[in-house]
Amino acid sequence: MVSFELDEEQKMVQETVASFAADQIEPLMRDSDEDGSVPEEVIAKGWELGLVGGCIPEEYEGFGEGLSALTGTIAMEEMAWGDLSMSLHMMAPTVLAYSVLDQGTEDQKKQLLPAFCEEEYKPSTSALIEPYYNFCPSALKATALRDGEEYVLNGAKCMVPLAQESGEMIVFAATTPGTGFAGVDAFLVPSGTKGMEVGEREKNMGIKALATYPVTFKDCRVPAVSRLGGNEGSDFIRLLSRCRLALAAMAVGMSKHALEHSRDYAVERVAFGEPIGSRQAIAFMIAEMAIEIDATRMLTWEAAWRCDKEMDFEKEAALTKSYAADMAMMVCDRGVQIMGGHGYIRENPVELWFRNARGFATFEGMAMV
Amino acid sequence: MTIDFELSPRIKGTQKMIRSFAETAVRPIARQFDEEEHEKPWDLLKMVQQVMGGGIGGALGTEKKEEAKEEKKEKKPKEINLAGAVTVEEIFWGDAGIALSFPGPGLGGAAVQASGTPEQKETFLARFSGKEPVWAAMAITEPEAGSDTASIKTTAVLDGDEWVLNGEKIFVTSGKSSLEYSDGFVVVWATIDRKAGRAGIKPFVVDHGTPGMELTKIEDKMGIRCSDTVSLSFMDCRIPKENILGSPEVVDKTKTEGFKKVMATFDATRPLVAAMSVGVGQASLDFLKEKLTEEGVEIRYGINPQRMTSLERDIMKMEADLKAARLLTWRALWMLDNGLRNDLQASMAKAKAGLAINGITQKAVELMGPLGYSREYLLEKWMRDSKINDIFEGTGQIQLLITARRVLGFGRDQLK
Repeated sequence: MVSFELDEEQKMVQETVASFAADQIEPLMRDSDEDGSVPEEVIAKGWELGLVGGCIPEEYEGFGEGLSALTGTIAMEEMAWGDLSMSLHMMAPTVLAYSVLDQGTEDQKKQLLPAFCEEEYKPSTSALIEPYYNFCPSALKATALRDGEEYVLNGAKCMVPLAQESGEMIVFAATTPGTGFAGVDAFLVPSGTKGMEVGEREKNMGIKALATYPVTFKDCRVPAVSRLGGNEGSDFIRLLSRCRLALAAMAVGMSKHALEHSRDYAVERVAFGEPIGSRQAIAFMIAEMAIEIDATRMLTWEAAWRCDKEMDFEKEAALTKSYAADMAMMVCDRGVQIMGGHGYIRENPVELWFRNARGFATFEGMAMV
Repeated sequence: MTIDFELSPRIKGTQKMIRSFAETAVRPIARQFDEEEHEKPWDLLKMVQQVMGGGIGGALGTEKKEEAKEEKKEKKPKEINLAGAVTVEEIFWGDAGIALSFPGPGLGGAAVQASGTPEQKETFLARFSGKEPVWAAMAITEPEAGSDTASIKTTAVLDGDEWVLNGEKIFVTSGKSSLEYSDGFVVVWATIDRKAGRAGIKPFVVDHGTPGMELTKIEDKMGIRCSDTVSLSFMDCRIPKENILGSPEVVDKTKTEGFKKVMATFDATRPLVAAMSVGVGQASLDFLKEKLTEEGVEIRYGINPQRMTSLERDIMKMEADLKAARLLTWRALWMLDNGLRNDLQASMAKAKAGLAINGITQKAVELMGPLGYSREYLLEKWMRDSKINDIFEGTGQIQLLITARRVLGFGRDQLK
């Protein structure tokens, strides 16, 4: 029966993450963007919330009952309200952890999952995006070809968060090139593996607090057992789609903050003797921002709900993510526009959101629900 | 409760039934009653009346009343408004013009339902459950007052035991059906005190055949041609004193219970208009995708935007817009069903759906090339039909105004 009411657990997650975002993340947003780093103590505190460990069952040393994509989107939205870079930093391990939890072999789960249930945050990351203008997850140029009891990885990756400090990386590569999503597999590669090289930290337009790196693979050999799901392999489009939902939820959260900021400014800023929000040119922009944010949240929830119900959700996730990317850009662009010249000044957060928002069209596989 | 997007078995059953009805009984005659404007599909309308007892006309009025009785007996979760939206979507998937011409209490009945006394409900709503089709209409708009209802010039003056109405009303949906084709009524909005502005504007029930009320014009329209849209003239039209809906006192508008109840009508009808949009949008998208499949065009969902064709981007946008409109509509009605204030969400749904449907139908016509423009297919009709969805029950701009006021926390005086 149709309902839009969060359950008790979701309400608790929402409340907890929202107050963490407001108290701990948001005040540091500007400084961490300027410094290009995320303060250690925020990461530690974020990890204490137990969002990842809370999804891992007891048998792997976690304290949760499994994954709910819907609850995940609620958490991601609230966190990204605080700051996108910091959220992506804190949530970077989700891709590896949830992929293994969802599709790993028993050995992979036993070996890798306990690390995510410890008190301390241990960086781990995912490598999906490749440095080509027409990059597409369905046509990866990076390959992983079987050679005896090993796979040989070759290719270039970019926008890999925290690649330098991560102990483990999940790498997506084509095992059967030319066969679209179905020909892609994931590999669990520990840092320092021969043939894998992490390059210089990248310089991006936005999400500047998040350290991202290019990673290249040259005849990088990994044992066959490091293929996610072992001999069975894994369902790449499912993993990708769960990542898309995480990103869509983050787009909603960040855009919501931009809307709130624009709304407050439109009420306080007086021009020609009245608040600028009293003019339809501004008011209508704000109304459309509010409508599109809610629309995207509904799309995200519905796709995540389908995922939790084990229905097909890949198409919905794709639609939602692309809709969310457009929405975020529209909302954050207007956020700058409504503030006029002030919006262009780095003192104000809207310019930061504007730069971050452009990224959603490009981001793939950087966080997961 | 927890977030859930699965319709209850009961609504699903209705949905399936209505879809099959729309497909077999409505769709096949859609073109005919577009070309033959001002004609009515009488066989269908009589059948609808007999099968549905007037309840199909937007899940308003009589059906709601029956539901209320039922709910007293067993305490089950309310979903009557949501059920209404699903029903409306499916009929409009069949055809918007014919759906709008269905008998039932419609907007006039909704006003009686929202702010009538028990006696008024008994007097005016009983007629919809008979064997013959009956309609009710709502007359608000005037030649010089549309969304700006405070400028209404039609007057109502109390003279003894009667109200005397004088003025002109236009764009009265189903006006002819209500007053000439059936023993229906029209709810007329008139001012009892011009100086009081909005506070003085009250709804009055005027029964068919009341002397002094004249149907002066039937509009020729771009779309929804099966539905009659008329002008009414009131010249010393006398109605019983008790035909006023709500209190006859002129008090500060927004504070009165009566006014709130009337405004609450929109909280239910705006999402239903949104549901109409979604139905037509779904029809257009279904048709477009079917044609593309026939031509062997595959939509590659999930590849990156840089690699998509323009067509693929368009289709993805249309699908997402449609779904977003549907979900916003459901949310607004779910809130209403659960007794939550939904005026903001109702306006959001209407605004989104109106824009989405216009975008979707216009784009679908464009994508189909000459086939889209041809009257051989219904697609061009759906584009004409759907334009009204961004206009009636408050234009898209009015919805944005309401949404903006709520988001900014501004009153009417602060955001005009």
